[in-house]
Amino acid sequence: MDKYYRLNKPECREFIAGLASKYKVVAPIKKGEKNYVFSEISSPDEIARGYIPTIIPPKKYFFPKRETLIEYDIRAQRQRAIMEYEKLIIFGVRTCDLAGIQCLNMVFSERPRDVNYLIRKNKLIIIGMECWDYCDEHAICGLMDNHQPKGGYDLFFSDMGDFHLIHVNTLVGEEIINSVGVFSPADEKDLEKLEKFREKKRKTFKSSMGISHQQLKDIFADAEDAKVWEDLGERCLSCGNCTTVCPTCYCFDVIDEINLDFKTGERFRIWDSCQNEDFAKVAGGESFREERKGRQMHRYMRKFKYPLKKYSRYFCTGCGRCSRACMADIRIKETIQEVIKEKGLSNEKAGIS
Amino acid sequence: MKRLELVDSPYLVREAKVCEARQMTKSERYLKIVLKDAHDLDHEPGQFVMVSIAGVGEAPISICSSPTKEGYFELVVRNVGKVTSAIHKLEAGDTVGIRGPFGRGFPVRILEGNDLLFVAGGLGIVPLRSLVDFVIDNRRDFGRVNILLGCRTPQDILFRDEVALWEKRIDVNFSCTVDRADPEWKGHVGVITSLIPGVDLDPDRTFAVVVGPPIMYKFVIKELLKKGIPEKQIIVSLERHMKCGVGKCGHCQIADYYCCQDGPVFSYDEIKENIEAL
Repeated sequence: MDKYYRLNKPECREFIAGLASKYKVVAPIKKGEKNYVFSEISSPDEIARGYIPTIIPPKKYFFPKRETLIEYDIRAQRQRAIMEYEKLIIFGVRTCDLAGIQCLNMVFSERPRDVNYLIRKNKLIIIGMECWDYCDEHAICGLMDNHQPKGGYDLFFSDMGDFHLIHVNTLVGEEIINSVGVFSPADEKDLEKLEKFREKKRKTFKSSMGISHQQLKDIFADAEDAKVWEDLGERCLSCGNCTTVCPTCYCFDVIDEINLDFKTGERFRIWDSCQNEDFAKVAGGESFREERKGRQMHRYMRKFKYPLKKYSRYFCTGCGRCSRACMADIRIKETIQEVIKEKGLSNEKAGIS
Repeated sequence: MKRLELVDSPYLVREAKVCEARQMTKSERYLKIVLKDAHDLDHEPGQFVMVSIAGVGEAPISICSSPTKEGYFELVVRNVGKVTSAIHKLEAGDTVGIRGPFGRGFPVRILEGNDLLFVAGGLGIVPLRSLVDFVIDNRRDFGRVNILLGCRTPQDILFRDEVALWEKRIDVNFSCTVDRADPEWKGHVGVITSLIPGVDLDPDRTFAVVVGPPIMYKFVIKELLKKGIPEKQIIVSLERHMKCGVGKCGHCQIADYYCCQDGPVFSYDEIKENIEAL
């Protein structure tokens, strides 16, 4: 039986303050005009209201931008594999970002498992936050079917107007509820209200793209030869913003660095981007994705085609970050529309739903 | 921040010792390596290892020895970058880091009982040698064996002593061609594809194993298909940029495959639809 609690709005401050006194809490805070970042908070007032997806998704806590893998002593030929972690609560994770974390979980738990990621993930507590409407014109979470919560959190907050309804998904979540005594059990009426809100939400998030979640894979199945990649290739600056801000991009480079003592050093991994020119270049000089159009195609295929066989899901969460961050105004919505235009939704394809 | 030491990290490097090192050509160095933590690497022909030089980095290197040679393994490294030039400085007695073996090697159990046609271009002989030696050491288990080798010039032929022995053996048919001959060269001159039409083979029971530079595959595969060899019996080994070896870093991706885990060995029918593969 699903367990729900109720938290009255005035007591929300008390809850956050209580959490922040016991744990390190990170939450979306405002940074500049329309930008938000996940950052440590000490008071509930710091949490942004009505935030849109943060510049960098919460993947930075699961898979840090730079992370030491090996430490070594060159002279003694000693080496140690290490990892660093921090126990923290990530508050206010939207459903798109919950989906992104689930994608990363799949990748890093695929054998051979990435122990660094898997240990760290279990030290993080996730508190989700429901959206009732699209955050802006770039979001396609409705199309990606990530507007509804589908697990991936310890607690999940739904703003019901004058109170929050909280779904408890894990024992860790239940412990948090119990440790901060401001919650009361939700009653039947609260849950009916949630159902009503969700009913309305289903209509709000109906995709306006003219294509269904299932049809997406059909139009991308043979989109390699689409002309849209030429267009993207001409506009793309290869800056890598799109992959940096993507919640499901996880490519990395591995680099050695010797300390100033010239005796010790470390091997670390750092976020890398398939949009960089030398990303797929082999030692002999041959590059398998020399042109920008090929690299852009690769990026889209890694969201809408390639992962389906291995992971049975799209690796686009619909958060819209790639569109917001693109310096050349490459918009994911437009790209999908172009692919639809070129590949067409035949009756046969449209029949699959 | 709390720190943990990991004993099961996939990035942990195994300590190994170079027991023999010599320069094969201007740009290729041969290394014979023994592991310190195990008697044998226990690899499949066609697999690769990540060679680690602390302070410099790691590079994926094909294993060129057959697993039938126990207790050691061999590598041939071309000096093309930062890591490989550091590997080139290794001498007998030096310590080196190894991760792996990684990847899917040649399908030796499927090849058993079939005729084999090896096609090696340039450095492709290095990974292919692990399979050629495996087949020679288990010669009875295979049908007819043809080896075609193509090199730029006679000076570029690697493993010259061994190649000379293949030439003499009565249980393998060996042909070699060079793009540019020198005055002493008495063999074929021309690209490797020119050798294929002359090979006498039964296409239905022949597996062709092709390893060479990226440019070679398209032309060789075309010739093999002309010969009537079925697509799934054409086996290739692909080279890609790799950073992790464990299917995570993304550099070696070919459509839905990770070359480091799902490859580097593929059958032609597995990859022919992927526009980036060949």
